[in-house]
Amino acid sequence: MDESILSPRDFDSHPAYVYPPYRSSVKRGPTLPLIPLKEKLRNQHAPVYGTDDLGALDHDLTRNAAKNGAPLGERIIVTGRVLDEGGKPVRNTLVEIWQANAAGRYVHKQDQHDAPLDPNFLGAGRAITDNDGRYRFLTIKPGAYPWGNHRNAWRPNHIHFSLFGDYFGSRLVTQMYFPGDPLLAFDPIYQGTPENARERLISRFSLDTTEEGFALGYEFDIVLRGPNQTPTER
Amino acid sequence: MALKETPSQTVGPYFAYGLCPQQYDFDLKSLFTPAMAGPETPGEHITLIGRVIDGDGNPVFDAMLEFSQVDANGRYPASREAIAQNGFRGFARVGTGTDEQHRFIVRTVKPGSENAGEAPHVNVTVMMRGLLTHAFTRIYFEDEAAANAEDPVLAAVPAARRDTLIARRSEQAGSIVYQFDIRMQGEQETVFFDL
Repeated sequence: MDESILSPRDFDSHPAYVYPPYRSSVKRGPTLPLIPLKEKLRNQHAPVYGTDDLGALDHDLTRNAAKNGAPLGERIIVTGRVLDEGGKPVRNTLVEIWQANAAGRYVHKQDQHDAPLDPNFLGAGRAITDNDGRYRFLTIKPGAYPWGNHRNAWRPNHIHFSLFGDYFGSRLVTQMYFPGDPLLAFDPIYQGTPENARERLISRFSLDTTEEGFALGYEFDIVLRGPNQTPTER
Repeated sequence: MALKETPSQTVGPYFAYGLCPQQYDFDLKSLFTPAMAGPETPGEHITLIGRVIDGDGNPVFDAMLEFSQVDANGRYPASREAIAQNGFRGFARVGTGTDEQHRFIVRTVKPGSENAGEAPHVNVTVMMRGLLTHAFTRIYFEDEAAANAEDPVLAAVPAARRDTLIARRSEQAGSIVYQFDIRMQGEQETVFFDL
């Protein structure tokens, strides 16, 4: 690992641990101040993996769980670049996604929402970024679903993302939303994010990414913590 | 810094088929498993066992934890080839939804020290429904009292709270177990780090 040091976590960009409108945060978020770690201790390694770990269809959710046909719903391309705060592409980094199907139902056994499962859709995908930091998934637009947080609570359409970056400390788990979703205004998970940072969670509809006659396209760039631009001398 | 970080969002309740598919019996290969080391890895083989406890004292059944550590010689795995050679991955991922008592159970070897003066420890990332931003903590070992006393990270923790970072050693059915519960809130709230 080089001598540069991971920049501090930018807490103005992230939700607080306890945000009462999101009910399950109340008993689960830590309440005591975090203990700062010394600078050089931030530079711990991300796990080791490689493109060989992935299956050929891992990035294609329309085919990677197909049993006897194609999944129902609107095909979409979701692509973007993973960058660090200095604007440098984060290469060869793992991007894992998971989502509900077009009807708003997750495969997970705990999801008892009364909407149909799709025998041809699992909803899990993964990709590794290329030299420009770019990833690309082909999937189905996820549906909204009710979740019981408050009366008539529905999650906006979203795709879960998990990334490592180059450091143990650059870990990010987030959710990508879709532009113009009327449910965003009522969603405490989205609204729990600092106001000036929320829009970074919304993907951009892109005709350039769209494949004519086949799938609409959305761009979602992701910025991870990166090394400080001026490494400390020692 | 030219760009701003993408905000964190909760991992939610439905991560299992995407992030821990094999552990939860979904038909997809897991990229990471609940084992940091294989049977052939050199070192003292141990099992880390514990629960995540919420502010009401209830075990959390839908948490996801990641663990990272050095091997017995104080080194992280350098490559996939190195992992293939001695089975040491140095990284594990586990959900708390498959054990009846909602425990995590992680097989590994006892870590050495990465740098002189640092006590052996395991890095832990905690994620769950209700946690909008993941939390970092560490597991230290109770039988490393001398090294723990010198450790710069433990030294930065208020003395009264250090105990929340120490795993308890016991022998169960011939194997070495370290017990470590993560308390999200309450009097014994686990220390979390700004990493």
